[in-house]
Amino acid sequence: MDYLTLLQVLDSTVRLATPLLLACLAGLFSERAGIFDIGLEGKMLLAAFFSAAVAYLTGSVWLGLLAGIGSSMVLAGLHGLASITFRGNQLISGVAINFLAAGMTVLIAQDWFKQGGRTPSLIGGARFEPITLPLADTLHPVPVIGPLYHDLISGHTILVYVAFLCVPATWWVLYRTRFGLRLRAVGENPAAVDTAGVSVVGLRYAAVAICGILCGIAGAYLATALQAGFVKDMTAGRGYIALAALIFAKWRPWYALSSTLLFGLLQAVALRYQNIDLGGVVIPVQVMDALPYILTVVILAGFVGKAIPPRAGGEPYVKER
Amino acid sequence: MDIMPKWADVVLIPLISLILAAILSALVILGIGEDPVAAVKLMVTGALGSTYGWGYTLYYATNFMFTGLAVAVAFHASMFNIGGEGQAMLGGLGVALICLFVPWPHWSIAILGAIAASALFGAAWAAIPAYLQARRGSHIVITTIMFNFIAAALLNYVLVNLLRPKGAMDPATAKFPAATNLPTLHELLAPFGISFSKSAPANISLIVAVLACFGVWALIWRTRLGYEIRAFGKSESGARYAGISPFKITMLAMLISGGLAGMMAINNVMGEAERLVLNAVEGAGFIGIAVSLMGRNHPFGVFLAAILFGFLYQGGAELALWTNIPRELIVVIQALVILFTGALDNMVRIPLERMFLALRKTEG
Repeated sequence: MDYLTLLQVLDSTVRLATPLLLACLAGLFSERAGIFDIGLEGKMLLAAFFSAAVAYLTGSVWLGLLAGIGSSMVLAGLHGLASITFRGNQLISGVAINFLAAGMTVLIAQDWFKQGGRTPSLIGGARFEPITLPLADTLHPVPVIGPLYHDLISGHTILVYVAFLCVPATWWVLYRTRFGLRLRAVGENPAAVDTAGVSVVGLRYAAVAICGILCGIAGAYLATALQAGFVKDMTAGRGYIALAALIFAKWRPWYALSSTLLFGLLQAVALRYQNIDLGGVVIPVQVMDALPYILTVVILAGFVGKAIPPRAGGEPYVKER
Repeated sequence: MDIMPKWADVVLIPLISLILAAILSALVILGIGEDPVAAVKLMVTGALGSTYGWGYTLYYATNFMFTGLAVAVAFHASMFNIGGEGQAMLGGLGVALICLFVPWPHWSIAILGAIAASALFGAAWAAIPAYLQARRGSHIVITTIMFNFIAAALLNYVLVNLLRPKGAMDPATAKFPAATNLPTLHELLAPFGISFSKSAPANISLIVAVLACFGVWALIWRTRLGYEIRAFGKSESGARYAGISPFKITMLAMLISGGLAGMMAINNVMGEAERLVLNAVEGAGFIGIAVSLMGRNHPFGVFLAAILFGFLYQGGAELALWTNIPRELIVVIQALVILFTGALDNMVRIPLERMFLALRKTEG
């Protein structure tokens, strides 16, 4: 494999890791606050549809992004209502949200566009265009670094850069702000937070809302940047891979970056090479497909480092009387 | 003393949740510019108006009984088995292997072998998540989700690379030998003089499913193991003090659950398709969640809810055929049922409990 091919694979790794990273950070906020969220998939899917639909109808990708975030936040609100206000089972709520999104997107898409559950292809201003970073073209002839800068670092859509900037931002919010400290505390010991006079319900709703925003961006990226338009079930299990990445990352932002990049690389390799021939031993493409999940199970089993979830995760908080 | 009488808990709350889901579904149908009343009429005639419709309704219901029971058994041990989908896929693999490679003389023996193989494969697929939960504390929900994806990849590999007949394009096994083909309701009911549609796929697996409902009822409420499963589900520490091994119960409950999900394959793989195709399960594993929640984890409730969902599935197919309402409407209804009977249970329960308390005060 020569240098340029490597750059191409890494470039597509970045593209494919971006939605995983955004969804993974979304899940991180939610789960750090003690709200399990297996509805990442559904929120992304709904956001993908509404961002593509609104971008197509208005011709503005930014309005599409807003619509995507808004729709994702509606589902996040529903999850909050079920799991915070009504103290329901968070896992069941997440499953319901995934099915709701899977069904509603096709129903609405069919009603609006009559194209078998998809939106028309997006063109021009209805899509996020790649950004050429300054000096990318001038530096291109420079050996090694030039192509690296031109092909790998430059030339992505703005949402990719936003996603990568979200990693230090998440770290800063969680570990360097009062809000972050309280958010982490509410996922470990909500009673203590309550005793300190801080609203558990408020914090958890805030976390769920941030989760909605990030899932919304992830969905919009899928439909308006990675691809040009919405197709049925286009998230294709990415919400679950993000969940796997979150466990792989042990609920930490920088680890989330590396785990989503790893899973992105697996997807990129599976996409580019069907079966990989390692000197006689052929690795079938299905192994690459299943690898993120197998790795997660191994991590979960605690054979390679232990992944310990936030202690109060999944449990509704009942105020003492 | 309970705040509410038992009938309110068992009948009233699911009923109200169902009505709420139905109202929202009607609004959705209105929202996409169709007539909900006409849609319901079409669904009823399509799914229940002929023996052909009934044949499909009962065929789907058979699938959902198995997966619903699977989820219910795990719920009794207070575990959420989302892996029904993967377990049913593996069950299908078990059925395919045993039908293709064992020369069965007659279907009546073949079905016993298929039940054993499907249950074994399904249980094996549930065994690893169960072991990891019991011994390593990995959350069963996450591991079973992961195992669904791993099962899909595994099945894909097996069908594409190993079991696909030479020269065939689509990833599926060869047709099973004729001796393993199960009798349909048409053939079963003909001796009694009842004419049933020839082309409907409902088959003898329905009887196996109903027997499984009885079996699960007997297991949960009439055996020591069932008592231990329920005790463990209500309070793990309590069960531990009573000398019940958490490891044993976690393993057994999940093995039974996985086995039931796997047994679905005798209906869809052996009974209907008569070969193993890639997406044989078609989401039935997930519908088991809705069925179990609606049926309040009771086998009789699961039986009724499975028939309701069978009706919705067949009715939804008819809608997609005759109107502009896509099949995905059923997915929305399924989501709403899960939402109201599962996640938003307290939204219905709390006002009802208040009402019953108020009633009691006026009486007393």
